[in-house]
Amino acid sequence: MEETKKKEQSGSTHKIGIYLWIWGLLFVLSFFSYLVDWYQFQGMLRWSLILFFMFLKAGLIMAFFMHLYWERYALVNVLLWPMTAIVCFVALMIAEGKYTLFSRLFYFFVGG
Amino acid sequence: MSDPKIEGFELEKGFRGMAKDTGSDQTMFKGVHWGKAMMWIFLLSDTFVFSCFLIAYMKGRASTPAEWPNPSEVFALDAFGVPVPLLLIALMTFVLITSSGTMALAVKYGYERNRKMCGYLILATALGGLTFVGMQAYEWSKLIHEGVRPWENPFGAAQFGSFFFMITGFHGTHVSIGVIFLFIYCYKVFAGHYEEGKRGWFTKMKGDYVEVEILGLYWHFVDLVWVFIFAFFYLW
Repeated sequence: MEETKKKEQSGSTHKIGIYLWIWGLLFVLSFFSYLVDWYQFQGMLRWSLILFFMFLKAGLIMAFFMHLYWERYALVNVLLWPMTAIVCFVALMIAEGKYTLFSRLFYFFVGG
Repeated sequence: MSDPKIEGFELEKGFRGMAKDTGSDQTMFKGVHWGKAMMWIFLLSDTFVFSCFLIAYMKGRASTPAEWPNPSEVFALDAFGVPVPLLLIALMTFVLITSSGTMALAVKYGYERNRKMCGYLILATALGGLTFVGMQAYEWSKLIHEGVRPWENPFGAAQFGSFFFMITGFHGTHVSIGVIFLFIYCYKVFAGHYEEGKRGWFTKMKGDYVEVEILGLYWHFVDLVWVFIFAFFYLW
């Protein structure tokens, strides 16, 4: 009986504690990122705090709620490496955005 | 979910395991349910869609000489006569995280074959998602009343409206679709379809609680996207 019951389960489960911990952490991190706006931090401090809390939250959700931490390494790599393409795209568009702003200001106010 | 076992195979962990999985000329994602792998690949493509939206928003915001509306003022909400910055957005964030947590627990109870707990938690998740969509509808109608349009708004740069409606609208669509499926799966769990091994969606294969985990992946992804929208659109 015990044998068949074990076989039926398609995945082993984790202790409830870990989910509750992650859940609590997500609440706390969201609250902190809200405080960033509440206290009106500006400049580099604001941006780095926003990014820090964002990546921490995203990492916790993916690793534990979406079980990526326990998945096969092959799947993890297939999912995470394409993200580098997004990082490249962001870098390209930052440069492009600056150039567009520069040429707009130049031709609007200085003239061609 | 963890430590898959395949008879006759010694599955190694980590980097060596990956090298052997990819080079073995058989199945690459060993011990991973096909539906789960497919959902992950769909989510990867969805990640690219949302990235394109957010990158377009970044580029649009960076390249306009007009001043960008201050989100903490635009999205402020009056509570007892005092404007509180981003109040509604903070509530929406907490509602979505709560529903993400209940979904994670539903997956756990599903694998433990605790039918009732799993069903109730999926129901709670669906209600959380419904609340989120409701709040978003309120947010949209409030901004539309204030004169925000995709082509103009009274607060600043004209591009603001189009990015706002496009990004939050696309995310809201994802939430709405998720809510519909959550209700369907809630019914399927309560009806015991995963215990009897009834056939699943558009397939002759037998249903199993792994389907709850697949739905969970989608729902957590919706929450994940909101984390990025919250950071870049509302806080930045």
